[in-house]
Amino acid sequence: MTATDLSLTKQDADKLFQRKRLVGFGIPAVIFAYLVYIFFAFDIAGLAGRANLDNAVTLASDSWSHKVHVTRDNRSGEITYAVEGERKGTYPEGQRPEWVSGDEVITIDLGGDHIVRYLPDNRTEIELPGFPLIEVRAEGRSLTSNLPADLPDWISASNRRIGITTPEGRITLTGARTEVFNYFPGWELFWFTLDSPYHGQGLGKILFGEQIDPSRSNIAGAVSDWWNNAMWRHKDVAWAIGETILMAFLGTMGAAIIALPLAFMAAKRFSPVMMLRAATRRVFDFVRGVDALIWTVVLARAFGPGPLTGALAILITDTGTFGKIFSEALENVDQKQIEGVESTGAKPLQRYRFGVIPQVVPVLLAQILYFLESNTRSATIIGAITGGGIGLMLTQAIQTQKDWEEVAYYIVLIVVMVMFMDWFSGWLRGKLIGRKD
Amino acid sequence: MADISLGGAAQSVGSIQSSYMAQVQRRRLYGGLTLLIFVVLMVSGFNIADDRNAGGFWEGLHQIGDYPADVLSEAWGKRADLPGLIAKYFPALVETINIAAVSTLIGAIGGLFLSLLGTRGLAKWPRLIPLFRRISDIMRAVPEIVIALVLIFVLGGGPVPAMIAIAIHTAGALGKMFSEVAENADLKPVEGLASTGATWSQRMLLGVLPQVAPNYLSYSLLRFEINIRASAILGFVGAGGLGYELRNAMAWGPGRFDEAAAIFVLLFGTIVFFDQVSSRYRNRLTEGQGQ
Repeated sequence: MTATDLSLTKQDADKLFQRKRLVGFGIPAVIFAYLVYIFFAFDIAGLAGRANLDNAVTLASDSWSHKVHVTRDNRSGEITYAVEGERKGTYPEGQRPEWVSGDEVITIDLGGDHIVRYLPDNRTEIELPGFPLIEVRAEGRSLTSNLPADLPDWISASNRRIGITTPEGRITLTGARTEVFNYFPGWELFWFTLDSPYHGQGLGKILFGEQIDPSRSNIAGAVSDWWNNAMWRHKDVAWAIGETILMAFLGTMGAAIIALPLAFMAAKRFSPVMMLRAATRRVFDFVRGVDALIWTVVLARAFGPGPLTGALAILITDTGTFGKIFSEALENVDQKQIEGVESTGAKPLQRYRFGVIPQVVPVLLAQILYFLESNTRSATIIGAITGGGIGLMLTQAIQTQKDWEEVAYYIVLIVVMVMFMDWFSGWLRGKLIGRKD
Repeated sequence: MADISLGGAAQSVGSIQSSYMAQVQRRRLYGGLTLLIFVVLMVSGFNIADDRNAGGFWEGLHQIGDYPADVLSEAWGKRADLPGLIAKYFPALVETINIAAVSTLIGAIGGLFLSLLGTRGLAKWPRLIPLFRRISDIMRAVPEIVIALVLIFVLGGGPVPAMIAIAIHTAGALGKMFSEVAENADLKPVEGLASTGATWSQRMLLGVLPQVAPNYLSYSLLRFEINIRASAILGFVGAGGLGYELRNAMAWGPGRFDEAAAIFVLLFGTIVFFDQVSSRYRNRLTEGQGQ
C-alpha cells in the first residue's frame, strides 16, 4: 500500500520535473529561435555593409569639437575664416585666428608641425612631418601637384580634387577653392558670436569689469547677446522646449478634463444604461486604437504643423486611455461613503462630489502626473513628425548632417527636460497625495 | 460650578465651529486659487499654442473631418482593391510587430538585470546600486526618436535602428518597474539558497524570479503594447515597417489614399488586437496574486 503510494508520488514528481525541464529549456530555445529568425528577417548580417562608419566617426568627433575653416576662393583670391564654415560664425573683416599669420603668404599652423601656406597665384604648400613638401597649384578647374603616384591612404588625389586628412586637421583642394579645417575641442561660440563685443571676455570682466559696450550695461548686453546668439539660437531652443512641455501639459490636462465625465458614463456603478456604457467604452477603445501617430497625421491636415496639433493629438489619444483608467477606478469606489453622503439628503451631483470624487482623486492624480511625464517624451516624438518644439529642432539638426554639436546639445537638453518633468511630477504627486511609501 | 462648565463647553463649541468655518473658508480659498491658476495656465497655454501653430484652432476645427472623409471616400470607391492592398502591406506590418517584439524581449532582459542589480537586498554589488539606478533613469529619459534618428544616420534606414532605440528605452522603463516589484520580493528563499552556497545567478534564478515572474510578464506585455505604437511612429521617421509605408502613401497624396486607408486599417486593427490580447493575459497573470 505505502509502496504503491510512494511510487505514485515518485511518478508524479518525475512528471513534474520533466515538465519543468521542458519549460526550462523550451522557453530559452523559443527565444533563441525567434532571435535567429529576426537575425535573418532584419538582415543583421548585411548591416555591416549598410552601416556607414565614417558617419559614426564624424558624429563622435563633431559632437564635442568644432572646426574653423580657412577658405581661399581661387578666383578672387579672397580668404575667409569661419567657425564651422557658417556665415554666422565668420570672423569680422580684419580679424582672424591667431594661428594664422602673414600677409602676402598666409601661413596656417595646424599644430604638431603641420603647416599649410597659401602662396600667391593660387599655389599651396603643405608641410607635413615625415612626408615630402607637397606643392599644389590650381589652374582653372584642374590641379597640378608634385604628389607621387603611390599615395598613403590618408591622401586622396585626382586632378580635380585633393583631400588630405591628418590628425591635426583636414585640407581639401579643388580648382575653385582651397580649404583648411582646423579642429578644436569644445562648443565654439556657445556664449557669444564673433560679432558680439563680449566674445572672448571672461565672466569676471563682464560682471565686474568696466563697461564694454558704451550703449548697454554689461550684464544686460551680455544676456541679450547670449539670448540672441545666431549660432546656437538659445532663444529658439528655449521656446522649443517650452512648446514641447506645453504640448504635454495641454494634452494631458485637456484629456483628463474631458475623460472624467465620460468615465462616469462608462462605469457600471454610475451609468445604468448598458447601451450608453458600451458606446462610451467603444469610443475610448477607438481613440486609443487609432493611436497618436494617425491622429497627428489627420490633425496636421486640419490645423497645420505646430504645437497645437501635437497637443490635440496627445489630448485625443489620452482621452481614451484616461477614460479607461478612470472608469476602472470609479468601478472600485467604496459604496459606503456614497450612502453616507446620501443619508444626509444629498442630491446625485452632491453625492458624486462628496462621496465619489474624494475617493478617486488620489488615483486619478497619480495617473495624470505619470502621464504628464511620459507625454513630455511623446511630445518630443510628435513634434518631430508634426513640426513643433524641440523634436523638430533635433530632426532638422540631424538632417543637415553637419551640426552634430547642436545635435548633442539638443539631446542633452531633451534628457534633462524629461528627467526634470519626471522629478517635477514625482514632487507634485508627493505634495498633493503624499508619498507612495 | 455646573453653570461655568456648561458655559465653557458652549463657548468651546462656538470657537470650534468658528475655527472650523475659518478652516473651511481657507481651504475653499486655496482650492479656488489653485483652480484659477490652473484655468489661467490652460487658457494662456492654449492661446500660445494656437498662436505658434501654422493654422488656427477655430479655422481648422471644421476641417478635421475633411482628410478622413477624403481618404474614406476614395478607399470606399476602390474598396475592391482593399484586400489586395492589405495583403501588400502585411509584410510591413510583420516588420513593425517584429521590431516591437524583439525590442521588448531585449529590453525586458536588460531591464531584468538593471532591476536586480539596482534593488537593495538583491544586488550583486550593493555599492553600485545608485550607478545602475542612474543608468536606468537615463535610458528611460531618452526618447526613442533621439536614438533612432542618430542610428539611422550611422546604420542607414531599416528596422535595426528602431529596434535598438526602443530596446534601450524599454530596458530603462522596465528596469524601474521591475525593481519596484523586486523590492517587495520575499528575501527568505534567497537567504535559504545562499545558505546552501548558491551563486548570485542561482539565487536570482531560483529564489527571486519565480516570485516576480507574473508581474514581470504582465509589465512586459504592457510594454509590448506601447512598443507597437512606438515602432509605428519610428517608421514614420525612416525606420522601416508600417509607419514608413504610411509616410510614403501620404506623400503621394490624393489618388493613393486607398493605400493610406489600408495602412490605417492594418495599424488600427493591430493595436486593438494586441491591446485586447495582452490585457486578457495580464488580467490572468495578476489574478492569482490576491489569493
